[in-house]
This record gives sequence, C-alpha cells and structure tokens, in this order.
Amino acid sequence: MDNIAGQNQGGKIAVNITVIILVLLWLLPTIGLFVSSFRERDQISNSGWWQAPFSVDLNFRARVAADGARQEGTQYVLEGNLFDDPEIAEAFPEDNGSVSAFGTRAVAPDEFTPGTATELRSGGTLTVQADGSFRLESAEPIDRGPTIYLAAETPPRFTLLNYDTVLNANGMDRAFINTLTVTIPATIIPILIAAFAAYALAWMDFPGRGVLIAAVVGLLVVPLQLALVPLLKLHTDIGIGQSFLGIWLAHTGFGLPLAVYLLRNYMVGLPRDIIEGAKVDGATDFQIFTKIILPLSFPALASFAIFQFLWTWNDLLVAKVFLPSGAESQVMTVKIADDLLGSRGGDWGILATAAFVSIAVPLIVFFTMQRYLVRGLLAGSVK
Amino acid sequence: MSPVLQGLLTIIIGVGGCVGYFYASNIILDKVIFPARGPQAGRNINRANKVRPWLFLFPAMFALGLYLVYPVVGSFYRSLFDRLGNNFIGLDNYINLFAEEAFRTAVFNNLLWVLVVPAMATFLGLLVAQLTDRLVWGNFAKSLIFMPMAISFVGASLIWKFVYSANPDIGIINSIRDSMGLEALDPLQVPFWNNFFLMFILVWIQTGFAMVILSAALRGIPEETIEAAIIDGANPFQVFFQIKVPQIMGTIVVVWTTITILVLKVFDIVYTMTGGNFDTDILPSYMMSFMFRDDGRATAVAFVIMLLVLPVMIWNIRQARKEMR
Repeated sequence: MDNIAGQNQGGKIAVNITVIILVLLWLLPTIGLFVSSFRERDQISNSGWWQAPFSVDLNFRARVAADGARQEGTQYVLEGNLFDDPEIAEAFPEDNGSVSAFGTRAVAPDEFTPGTATELRSGGTLTVQADGSFRLESAEPIDRGPTIYLAAETPPRFTLLNYDTVLNANGMDRAFINTLTVTIPATIIPILIAAFAAYALAWMDFPGRGVLIAAVVGLLVVPLQLALVPLLKLHTDIGIGQSFLGIWLAHTGFGLPLAVYLLRNYMVGLPRDIIEGAKVDGATDFQIFTKIILPLSFPALASFAIFQFLWTWNDLLVAKVFLPSGAESQVMTVKIADDLLGSRGGDWGILATAAFVSIAVPLIVFFTMQRYLVRGLLAGSVK
Repeated sequence: MSPVLQGLLTIIIGVGGCVGYFYASNIILDKVIFPARGPQAGRNINRANKVRPWLFLFPAMFALGLYLVYPVVGSFYRSLFDRLGNNFIGLDNYINLFAEEAFRTAVFNNLLWVLVVPAMATFLGLLVAQLTDRLVWGNFAKSLIFMPMAISFVGASLIWKFVYSANPDIGIINSIRDSMGLEALDPLQVPFWNNFFLMFILVWIQTGFAMVILSAALRGIPEETIEAAIIDGANPFQVFFQIKVPQIMGTIVVVWTTITILVLKVFDIVYTMTGGNFDTDILPSYMMSFMFRDDGRATAVAFVIMLLVLPVMIWNIRQARKEMR
C-alpha cells in the first residue's frame, strides 16, 4: 500500500525491474571474477567472461618441420595437418578443431579464409583447409618449414589450473594460513576484555561512567592512521617489532571501542529484574557476569565476533605496517596488493583466482551468519 | 616456533590470562584487601564495590589508552620532528605539506570522496530499502546487495579492475564502448572522472550497510502516519518524501556520518587500483607513501585526517550523551 511507485500493476512491474537492475549491477562484477578464475589466460584475453559459455576464435602458431617434404615431378611438396602440432593439439584434446582463418605473417594471423592459396614470401604456394590440412608447393627444394598462423574456433573450457598455480606456485596457501593466524586470536582476545568492561559500563555504578561511555563513542572514530607510527615505534622499543604478536595486540586495541560499545548497548537492554534478583540472592558481580550476562549476551558477542573477523581478515593497512613484509608472514591482502598485482599485473586468471581465494571465507561467513551481522549493525550505529 | 602454534598459544594465554586476571583480582579484592569480616566488614564491602568497576574496566581502558588515545598525542608530537625524528622543526612538516601540489590534490580528492560517497551510498541504500520493502523476493535482493560488505577492499578493487579494464575483451565498460564503435579507454586514466570510478567501488561496498539500517528504520515508522497521509490523498512520492523521510532523518544522518568517517580511513582502493597515480591520491593513501620513509610527514598527514574527523567525533559524543540522559 505504501510502495513508492504506487499500488497499480505498472508500478509493481517498474519496482521489480528497478530492483532487478540494481541487483544485477551489484552482482555481475563478482560473478565476472568468479567465472574468470576458471578460465585460462588465453581465453580471458580473447573473449569477455560473459562469452565464456560460447566458443571463441583463438590464434595459434604452427612451426611446420620441413622433413616431410617430397618431390612430385618438378614440384616440391610439403603436406600435413596443423592440428598435429603438439601445442595446438593440446588445445583440442577432442580432435574437433576447425580452422576459421589462416595467415603467414604474425601481424595478420587471420588474413585468408580456409581453402585459398597464398604466395609465401620465401617462394611457393600455401593452401590450408578448414580441417587443418595444408599443402605447400614450391619450385625450389623445401629445406625450411614455414610458420603458419591460424585462428580456430575453440570450445569453451574451464580449468582448475589457476587454482593450482595460485595455491601451489604463488604461495597463496601460505598467505591463507597467515591470514587465519592473524584473524583468530585477533577476534577472540578482544571479546573477553570488552565484555568485562561493557558489563561495568552497563550495570555497575561508579563516578565517571558517563564520561567513559562518551570516550568510547569518541574513540570509535579515531583514524587508525594516527596509531601507525607511534605504535610501531613502541612495539620496536619493547622488542615486539613487526610480528604476529604485534598485529594481534594492534587489532585487539583497534577493535575494542566497537566491541565495548556494541556489548554495552546490548547488556543495558537486558532485564533489570534478573540482575537485581541475583544480587539480592547474594551473587557477586563476577558471578552475575559469568553466569547470567555472558550467556544472555550471546547474540551481541556473535555480532561483534563476525565484525571483527571480517575486519581483520580483510584488513590491508594494519597488516602492511605491523607485520614484516617477507613472504613467510604476508597475509592474503598484502600478497595480492603488493606481490601479485606487481609481478602478475597482466595475468588476469591468476589475479581473479587469488582474489577469489581471499574472499571465499568471508563470503561463507557472511551468508551463514547474516542474521547476527545485521543485528550487530543495527545495534552498533550511534542512534 | 611456527606462527600457527604461536597463535594457539596466544589464544590460550590471552583468554586464560583474561579470565585469570578477572577472577584473581576479584578474589584478592574481596579476601585480602577489603575482607568482609572483622569489625569493619560493612565498610569493607562498600569499599570493595567502589573499586570493583575499575578492575573490570582496567584491561580495556589500558588497551584503549595505549592503542587509541596515546597515538593521538604521540602522532602530533612526532609530526613536529623531521624525517628521522632527531630535530624539532615545529610546524614545518605541515607548512611543507600545504606547499605541495600533490598534498593539495589529495585534500581536494578527499573532499570529493567525502561529498560523493556518503551521499550516493545513503541515497542508493534508501532507494533499495524502500523498493524492496514490500517485494516478495525483497530479502533475497537485499542479501545480494549487502554481500559486498563481506569483501575486502583489495578484493573489491580486483573485482572492479576487471570491469574497468582497458581491454574490450576483459572490461565490460570497454566492451560496450567497442560494440558502439568507440575507442577503448582506461577509465582510471581519465583526468578528474577517474576519482569517481574509484569512489563507486566504495559506494558499491557501503550501499548494503546503508540499506540494512535504513530498511530497519523504515519498518519502524508507525503505520498510522502513513495511512493518514494516504487517506488525505497523498501520492506515493509524497508519502515517501514528506512522511517517511522526515521520520527517519535521524537514522539517515547516522548512516551518512558513519560512511563519511569510513571514507577518511580507506586507503586500500586507491592503493590497489592506481597507486595514487593519475591524480587520484587521497589523504590515507598519500600518507602511506610516506610511511616507513618519512615518519614526520606521515604523522602530519595522519593528524590532518584526525582534524577532519574531529567535528563528526564531537557530534557523535554529544548525541550519545543526549541519549543517555
């Protein structure tokens, strides 16, 4: 009844179409990355991922050996099939290749249609048929085989080769483990510290409580950039330096304001009766906290855990500063941004695969625990 | 020791240490320092309860102080020194920064980001929230638009690198240009507008956030106000802009400021996409170009970012205090 585009049928269709367009715009780039990660380098640079389910014309080059040449009357003849070339044969494992064009110069690999005869610069006439068979006729003895270029319709092909390369040769497996190593302690440790503080701010009465809550709200927005130089210096001075221990501590510190804020907002909303009842029955604050508050706050704890997990997993800045830059401690974001983009800048298949490996876990977490994420977002924004 | 083992050990020490600290400190407080027996039992219990909140707060306050409060002072102090930190040079770092063309470009670009990204993300979020509100597949659509929230800025940048690629066989934008007979171009090298292409990546990530919060706010609007407006003959647009939007204005402002703050911190997108080339630097990425090379300059840039965030911070604190009263 209160849709923006009205109650009529036309309005409903308009709304549906608008939402479909928006959803596609939001989804397509990610699908493109996903599809590209299963395609080979040649395929990626010869056709868009949206054409991946269809056949593509790929260019090949065959260096024909001259040793099969024979004499027919006054002519010297060299015959064969281009699809017998080992490199080309590899691209057509099912023997179903078909030449759509051929050429004799690298600058014009698809100059002629199959069946036409063309003069070679080195002398002689070359004909290539659609099935790949060729015939070279020359008045002179053929002692050097020609190089023939051809374009052939290649069926769509998907491969796990990129994943193999990324995980085994590029060291992404190591980076994956490093990311996990950074993420898990950095998610778990702040929760407990924050939970105790949040309980004190929510249910204990002491002077200065209001000021402290305001301070936490203020600290929520302090830019991380400020912390980088002084803390790295501090870490170096006390002997932690750039290390996993350093990044765990840093993530713990940076995650605390949100944790305290989220948990306090949630705990304040817990029913007063339960807590006061427990106090009357003689429970200490410590008992109330561990036996009543912690179990009841599970949804808020889960929300924060998901936030902190996503944030530390996806972080680039803190990892660049607080971890050493060597391969043995690189996390995936640093690996992609500093290593792969530099050295493999043109290898789109590798880049797509690396990116997908790094976003797979957050996506799984996102889709399985979206409920907690939404709840956390709603509680966490200053209302 | 392998980092994985080290990580496990840290979890055990961290969690065990926390629990141990809280447990032991409470016991010591109640049994040793202010024992609840003897002639002063009552007074001791009161005293113990006055100290206890600070036991609960201490670890968090210590970490917050060290990792977020100290850096504000520490960074400012460091920014008054030269590259190696040996000589006090007053505000020279700031003066040099403002004299530099690249810094002014970064500030200008950053202002563009601050103006455009929160506005676009909030607007699109509000649009999606409203459109999907009564849709049968609304929750599914929302979930898909929310998805980029889970993707890292680096991952998102790579995703959009494919979209923006100058090769018509890779980039969908150039593919469309190609089919219209236009020449291929690299969107990231188009002067001025390349900033907007980068901004859109962040809009793409943040729209879901805006949508989730605004969607909840829209649901919270009392039905009667809408029904009354419809009975009075308001058309859907009037209902939306004159009844709904004013009622969720507070939430819109919150979403807007939250994204604004994020914009001032994100360096990953520019760093991954252009490395700050083609006049696309913003302050956070500009700062990283000095990190490890000139700490004086780097901290000066960081402090400029802090100054830009300050108004929002003060506003947030005032809102929070108002709410507590």
